[in-house]
Amino acid sequence: MAKAFLSGNEAFAYGVRLARPQVISAYPITPQTIVVEKLSEFIEDGSLKAEFIHVESEHSALSCAIGASSVGARAFTATSSQGLLYMAECLPYAAGGRFPIVMMNANRSTALPWNIYGDQRDSLSQLDSGWIQAYAENAQEALDLALMSFYIAEHKNVSTPYMANLDGFVLTHTYEVVDVPTAEQADAFLPKYATENKLDLQNPRNLAFSAGPDSNTIFKYKEHVGILNAKSVIQEAEDRFETIFGRRYSGLTESYRTEDADYIIITLGSIAGLVREVVDALRLEGRRVGLLRLRYLRPFPNEEIANAVKNAKAVAVLEKDISFGNEGTVYTNVNSAMQKAGINIPNSNYIGGLGGKNISSEEIKGIFDELKSQKSAVRFLGIGGEANGG
Amino acid sequence: MAVNAKNLNETEFFYGHKACAGCGGSLAVRIALKVLGENAVAVLPAGCMSAVGFNFPQLCFGNNAIISTFAGTASMLTGVEAGLRAQGITDFHAVGFAGDGGTADIGLQALSGAIDRNDDILYICYDNEAYMNTGIQKSSLTPFGARTTTTPAGKNIRGNLRPKKNMFEIVAAHGIPYAATASVGYLNDFMRKVEKAKSIKGTKYIHILAPCPTGWGVKTDETVDIAKEVVDCGLWYLAEYENGEFTLNHQPKEFSSVESYLRKQSRFKHLTAEDIEIITQSRDAKWEFIHKNFN
Repeated sequence: MAKAFLSGNEAFAYGVRLARPQVISAYPITPQTIVVEKLSEFIEDGSLKAEFIHVESEHSALSCAIGASSVGARAFTATSSQGLLYMAECLPYAAGGRFPIVMMNANRSTALPWNIYGDQRDSLSQLDSGWIQAYAENAQEALDLALMSFYIAEHKNVSTPYMANLDGFVLTHTYEVVDVPTAEQADAFLPKYATENKLDLQNPRNLAFSAGPDSNTIFKYKEHVGILNAKSVIQEAEDRFETIFGRRYSGLTESYRTEDADYIIITLGSIAGLVREVVDALRLEGRRVGLLRLRYLRPFPNEEIANAVKNAKAVAVLEKDISFGNEGTVYTNVNSAMQKAGINIPNSNYIGGLGGKNISSEEIKGIFDELKSQKSAVRFLGIGGEANGG
Repeated sequence: MAVNAKNLNETEFFYGHKACAGCGGSLAVRIALKVLGENAVAVLPAGCMSAVGFNFPQLCFGNNAIISTFAGTASMLTGVEAGLRAQGITDFHAVGFAGDGGTADIGLQALSGAIDRNDDILYICYDNEAYMNTGIQKSSLTPFGARTTTTPAGKNIRGNLRPKKNMFEIVAAHGIPYAATASVGYLNDFMRKVEKAKSIKGTKYIHILAPCPTGWGVKTDETVDIAKEVVDCGLWYLAEYENGEFTLNHQPKEFSSVESYLRKQSRFKHLTAEDIEIITQSRDAKWEFIHKNFN
């Protein structure tokens, strides 16, 4: 292992290089561009042997990756925001075909209004597309997810595409010291991709077919089981990862000082770092507060959330997203997890960071303060006012 | 020896499908796969051929075949080709079969991208001159005057008002290694072109006119005849583009009647003598261009 000073995008590209994809098809979009530029450099300097396809759009980027995956090749692509929406047709296509493509998405606001900065409305709008969705907090986790993503997606019990999300700019463009594993370590961790779900000259197949009303449900059920199976495979991948690299990840969620916490903020992505600092500061004042970071949104950590919040007095979901006409999508999902577990405590939703707006530590303290009122509410950070609707 | 009706591969790679009787598109797919052989890896977008050939558990391709998104024939072909090559596999032919809408409308961007990259793929457009799978709607390859369900022929508008998009020359303008036009009425010519494309490295494009009896309003046993007549009357032509040059493959000694060709099809039955004159004049202008610019 070697230390390197890398941005989130670069760290992810280093992770992808270690995973040795055979086909990379990508189209540039801010703030994802550096990933594909870096991978292009790796191919140019000979440190990565892959077919790099300069596609003319994001739709073709994912369509091409599906083609490559359909013949059994390891395929990677990356996008963001409008690009993710432009390729949206191909997302459930890849998932339904059980093609374990890995895609990095640089989380960015969606137009209109135009905005290139980070929020999570792009990926959360695609939550139902059948992809595993992971959210990195920092550059090290980004690199490690790049490597683990292929293991998880390609596992025969999963066979599901994997979207690794990095907050645009805040994570994609900020630099950190990152441990870069050696190729030997990476090869020891990640087996070569092998599947029977492929077009094969020795054993010709017809793939991506139609399935009418009689058989459709069973295909969809199997797709659902595949992504649910990722839960245990993520565990398996993280155990294996720790053995080889010495770093430990905590599965679908990461709990921070939640064991005895009265008030817990549930969030995802890079903002978790700031929430953790606020938790530490408030703990010094004797306040019992904690953080639950959602590392994965699909498969959804129902049990993990219930376990983390079961003794709390109130929780808040902080997310960079709004499902217009209702509430934040993460909040809806979290409430479902709590309701299923019979946990009936106040749960508020804070919509923040839209279009890259900064979320301050004061605002996070404010959330912990407001939780004491023991009322559920949906609020937009920074502009005041409730958004519960009538 | 050149491939012909006598020595054509007897193995069927596309059978048991539920295409309409007299389907010109399925004939083009069947014949092309016989020429390409068992190592063809076929990509077909949403459209007639995928709708009739891929209904689980009735899967009708004897070779490897996969449905792409409607817009994604060329981009998926690119991925298939790159994915196999990246695994050291070289003994295959990546071939796409897309209709006129999937090629000239929604799939044009991806096709242009693939030609631009000169990906080693063969793209075959089976042109039945409208969105037939969804019930005969106008595409940009629907000819002037044709009645479709979205260009109805009534008192105020007499069918489709725009001429057919010139896909052959659009593709050629990319500087593609090989492009050709063909017709299911001249299958020997088509087979020769597929065989030639098989041996050329880089992107190949063959545009084959493939009548749809359902959409054109001809009898199901007239497909080949009408596909021959469209060439004989000069409204379609057999040509190739190679090494930056156009070559005409077939010069009718004398054009057969345009009116006779049009009157056989219910999609043109509303046309007036004036409409037919417009069509005849545009044919003559096209042939003037061909004689000037094609070898």
